[in-house]
Amino acid sequence: MSRAAVQWAAVLALGAAGCVTRPATVDPGATSDPAAPTPLEALEARAHASVEAPDARVGGPFTLEGGTVLTATGERYAPGYVVVEGGRIEALGAGKAPAPKGTVLDVAGRFVTPGLIDVHSHLGVMASPHLRGSDDVNEATAPNTAQVWAEHGFWPQDPGLERAARGGVTTLQALPGSANLIGGRGVTVHLRPARGARAMRFPGAPDGVKMACGENPKRVYGGKGGPSTRMGNIAGHRAAFADAQKWLRDNKGKAAAEVARDLKMETLAAALEGRALVHVHCYRADDMLAFLAAADEFGVAVKAFHHALEAYKIRDILAARHIAVATWADWWGFKLEAYDGIPETLAFVAEAGGDAIVHSDSGEGIQRLNQEAAKALASGRAAGVKLTDDDALRWVTLNPARALGIDGEVGSLEVGKRADLVVWDRDPFSVYARARWVYVDGLRVIDVDASSAPWSDLELGQEVGE
Amino acid sequence: MNALRLSSLLGVALTAGAAQGAGPPSTAGPPCALIRGVTLSDGAGDRVVDVVVRGDRVAAVRILAGGEPEPGCDVIAGAGRVLTAGLVDPYTRLGLVEVDLEAPTVDTDLRAPFQDPSGQIRASVRADLAYNPRSSLIGVTRLEGVTSAISVPSGGVISGRSFWVDLVGARQGTAIQRAPVAMHASLGPRQESRASAFQTIDVALREARDFATRQREWAKNQTPGFLTPRLDLAALLPVAKGELPLVVTVDRASDIEGLLRMTAGTPLRLVIAGGAEAWLVRDALAQRKVAVILDPLTYGPGSFDQLAARPDNAALLHAAGVAVMFSTFSSHGARKLRQLAGNAVRGGLSHAAALDAVTRVPAEVFGLADHGRVAPGAIADLVLWSGDPFELSTRVEGLWIHGRSVPLTSRQTALRDRYRHVPPR
Repeated sequence: MSRAAVQWAAVLALGAAGCVTRPATVDPGATSDPAAPTPLEALEARAHASVEAPDARVGGPFTLEGGTVLTATGERYAPGYVVVEGGRIEALGAGKAPAPKGTVLDVAGRFVTPGLIDVHSHLGVMASPHLRGSDDVNEATAPNTAQVWAEHGFWPQDPGLERAARGGVTTLQALPGSANLIGGRGVTVHLRPARGARAMRFPGAPDGVKMACGENPKRVYGGKGGPSTRMGNIAGHRAAFADAQKWLRDNKGKAAAEVARDLKMETLAAALEGRALVHVHCYRADDMLAFLAAADEFGVAVKAFHHALEAYKIRDILAARHIAVATWADWWGFKLEAYDGIPETLAFVAEAGGDAIVHSDSGEGIQRLNQEAAKALASGRAAGVKLTDDDALRWVTLNPARALGIDGEVGSLEVGKRADLVVWDRDPFSVYARARWVYVDGLRVIDVDASSAPWSDLELGQEVGE
Repeated sequence: MNALRLSSLLGVALTAGAAQGAGPPSTAGPPCALIRGVTLSDGAGDRVVDVVVRGDRVAAVRILAGGEPEPGCDVIAGAGRVLTAGLVDPYTRLGLVEVDLEAPTVDTDLRAPFQDPSGQIRASVRADLAYNPRSSLIGVTRLEGVTSAISVPSGGVISGRSFWVDLVGARQGTAIQRAPVAMHASLGPRQESRASAFQTIDVALREARDFATRQREWAKNQTPGFLTPRLDLAALLPVAKGELPLVVTVDRASDIEGLLRMTAGTPLRLVIAGGAEAWLVRDALAQRKVAVILDPLTYGPGSFDQLAARPDNAALLHAAGVAVMFSTFSSHGARKLRQLAGNAVRGGLSHAAALDAVTRVPAEVFGLADHGRVAPGAIADLVLWSGDPFELSTRVEGLWIHGRSVPLTSRQTALRDRYRHVPPR
């Protein structure tokens, strides 16, 4: 049973009055169900059709040899090799490659890891330079804007995207902001330059749905008709879920052509059915518990709590439900619901068997996710938590891949997965480490030793020299 | 004395396992500690030494390590560990903010009741009067080796006066080392033209100089009126004379150039804060002896003023002879200071220069020369590290501020301990 299905079963076992007729299969790596798409899935497929053709090029063959290979599967090859062919990992292991392909690149003294993945970014929708014209992150016109999609505001020329790639990031989820109870859909993008967001979509990745609890919605809407309290927040979530449940009931059995389009309901229905993954901005432990109660009532599966600074207080509950915890290494205190943040959260969550994720939520932090993981690792070890480097590597690779439903494709170095790789000049948990080469689908998108024109048109031709 | 010994045990013995053979507590004389066989690290390099702390000062640094303790001295095993001066973040809001988004807990914006109605000139306000040494941020920050900070007001063009604190003690009187320590102003993007901000600073400083020579006339009501309120002129007087540094927050190279042109020929002691594009005008900065406080993590055009930001900003400035310091420009994030220094090294700065940038340089630029170094007579603000202070796996294992061992605890360690097991017992 896929992890998603396990989670779903757990929700049903809790007595949720869901209207789901089959388990969600949201993990492309686990998808083997040849069943025809439902009418609502057919609508989604049409909405996701692309104008611009994605770049079909892939890299390889080549072989990396001589370096330390950190796989995020628990294996560490020192030295080891990785063989890439057709944009995918064809082989890897310890020692020298028995059957190298293409150019053999000696990476002795260097470290090879999976490409880093940020489950929570606003790059593209809150692009730099931060100006009114580039601010497309919060559709703060109503507390429920489930109808909006981040990809429709995603600016592929955001200079932050190249900087993220230079930090070893190969995939990120661009999310709407947290002003709204339901902010809209997030999009998972693969960091290959393209002219439009659609072409950057990670192939086959499910959409995310961004929701928020706590201070932000009540602050933004307190003077604009509400919600103005945490009570109002949860009532808003429940009302939205109830509406979507009714809409699903009303459309049951209809052919796609007979369904009256309702963009807001379509997103919520996708969330209820598990076709879109629910990512909830939530800091406080009690806020998470309140949200989970509402989610259970309507059969909504929460994939991850983001910014979850107080997850350490309820890590047993979150781990048992396979809800990932995405947070920072050491942010805290910028608002009241962030006052109890501690640097051991990720380590404690991992120790409890939960999925810990380091996220950035920041154009600066995304450039150094490896350092954030290293800080959280050090804090955990100092508190007595037994952790391997591989555990911490998973906080920025495999665990976010799982939360995005793409762990069958990326997130670890395994045969058959996409060749999203980073070659670091030293141990990536060192503050001095730099990503020398970054590969996406086996294509070298970053080479720090080569001078190259900036990815972003905005930076092209600017007078930034002496 | 008992309190000292207890805190020594909490702070050092727990992690360093080292408070051995200290002998009976002495009943007279200042508290004493011997940090034995430690690797002392500063801008001059690394060497193994014994460091003797007596009272609030460093009493001796002995190159022949492994010496015998003096009677009554706590002994701390330093072998394999690194000792540095406490780190200094010269641009924080520590003690002025508890929770950013909760206005009743924020005391950084010195909108002045008696001043210029535009709200742009707040020179006379003293942020130090609002300093809260019991803020939970203090303990959190010093656990990462930061022992001193300058806390800075914000708002307007001339924002007011900052102060230097050592992160110790429950009393303002213990913590505050100098108030004011600098005047603060801000250029860069704003609603009105940045040229009008230049003029605000220019006029206020010119009038302050004028005021200096005509105070008697002014008292007799015989001068033409000043545009700048008198309280502010009085506060700006030491700035205009070059006695109090003027820290100007500015990123764009052309704005830094404008500032240098506008103040050419004056005795002002300028310091640039931000300075994302400072590397572009590094020769002019070096020539004018203008120091720069920067954040080595700034890489990316957060604004049009940072289009030329680059990761080797600190390295380029230092190579040109500019005094470089690092800041998180933060309150809750001030504990990240050593990560910033590490990233400056990653960007090409030498390790020694980066260590100076977070210790000796801010002490010298802001005139607290007994801080920021480990030498006889210096204030004993010391950090004992498990390894390279900038490396992310390194932990703080001992901390002394004003010669006193500080327990390695904070509100966050209390939360950590309460929830070490869930549900909490």
